[in-house]
Amino acid sequence: MCGAPDQAVALPPGTDLTKETVLTGRVVADGQPVGGAFVRLLDDTGEFTAEVVSSASGDFRFFAAPGTWTVRALSRSGNGQTELTADAPGLHRAEIAVA
Amino acid sequence: MSRQDVLVTTEWAEKNLGTEGIVFLEVDEDTTAYDGGHLTGAVKINWTTELQDPVRRDIVTKEQFEQLLSSKGVSADDTVVLYGGNNNWFAAYAYWQFKLYGHADVKLLDGGRKKWELDGRPLTTDVAERTATTYTAKDADVSIRAFRDEVVDAIGNKNLVDVRSPDEFSGKILAPAHLPQEQSQRPGHIPTAINIPWSKAANEDGTFRSDEELAKLYGDEGFDGGKATIAYCRIGERSSHTWVVLHELLGHGDVKNYDGSWTEYGSLIGVPIELGARA
Repeated sequence: MCGAPDQAVALPPGTDLTKETVLTGRVVADGQPVGGAFVRLLDDTGEFTAEVVSSASGDFRFFAAPGTWTVRALSRSGNGQTELTADAPGLHRAEIAVA
Repeated sequence: MSRQDVLVTTEWAEKNLGTEGIVFLEVDEDTTAYDGGHLTGAVKINWTTELQDPVRRDIVTKEQFEQLLSSKGVSADDTVVLYGGNNNWFAAYAYWQFKLYGHADVKLLDGGRKKWELDGRPLTTDVAERTATTYTAKDADVSIRAFRDEVVDAIGNKNLVDVRSPDEFSGKILAPAHLPQEQSQRPGHIPTAINIPWSKAANEDGTFRSDEELAKLYGDEGFDGGKATIAYCRIGERSSHTWVVLHELLGHGDVKNYDGSWTEYGSLIGVPIELGARA
């Protein structure tokens, strides 16, 4: 789930990826981006940590910490979730398929 | 107070849009959310400029609240239904202020924008215009608002409920990771506080959990129903959500929201602070 950093996702100026653990990705349904999905970040015990709304292009982003996370999306197109392991600071990507 | 007096469902709300005497007000953490679509006829309140004094660090005064509601076209006998994004955080904060200034009939849309959108209910970008009124508020009911000295006095005496995330409670971080860092000088929590994050009181669709689930949640975490209670978070909005749960849904009598919350407490000189998770 942790691919190479995707430079297409603009981070806020000053984001230091040697220190920040950024979890980012896209919500998709049948390969098409889902905007307006509610994306919830759950910690390794399943406890709620944060929630954001995906952009029109389906993108979401969290500033977290190294660890194992679940990103769960709720949308009109359905719900879905995926696990994401960040072993170190940097940019970590995940795609959430909803159905 | 009971759940039926406090909450309305999205189904009820959709049926009652445009009903005479019912005013829908949207309050979002993201103050641009309304502009992208809202319930038909709903009027926007910007919490950053309209629910806080623009100069002093405080909520609006009675006179400012009267001006606000007059300009929004709300009458004292209207039923006000508040809703917003992010699980109703700021709608709950507004609800608490409406109660503070004595609005008789105010309700929360259970689940807020999230539930409404997940239901697939319609949104409009047409901005609603209401005729201005002359609103008269009541004097602030400070039985539901805690100030810093009584918070210090409450240590070891009252239920202090810290509703922030465990990492904020322990002092690891000062603010939720997705928000601007509006920070106190010091991290940590008030000694003897119990940590019951606001999110435990909500279902994933943003609706409140059932009364039975809520009563069990607080009981299991050491909440003493026989004691007075002060809830706090970082700036008083998440603790408004918990204030609604404890005071309005579960009916505990003496529950105050400490809106100064950690941004005030964590910047005070000389008050006790505890670090780390509670055993």
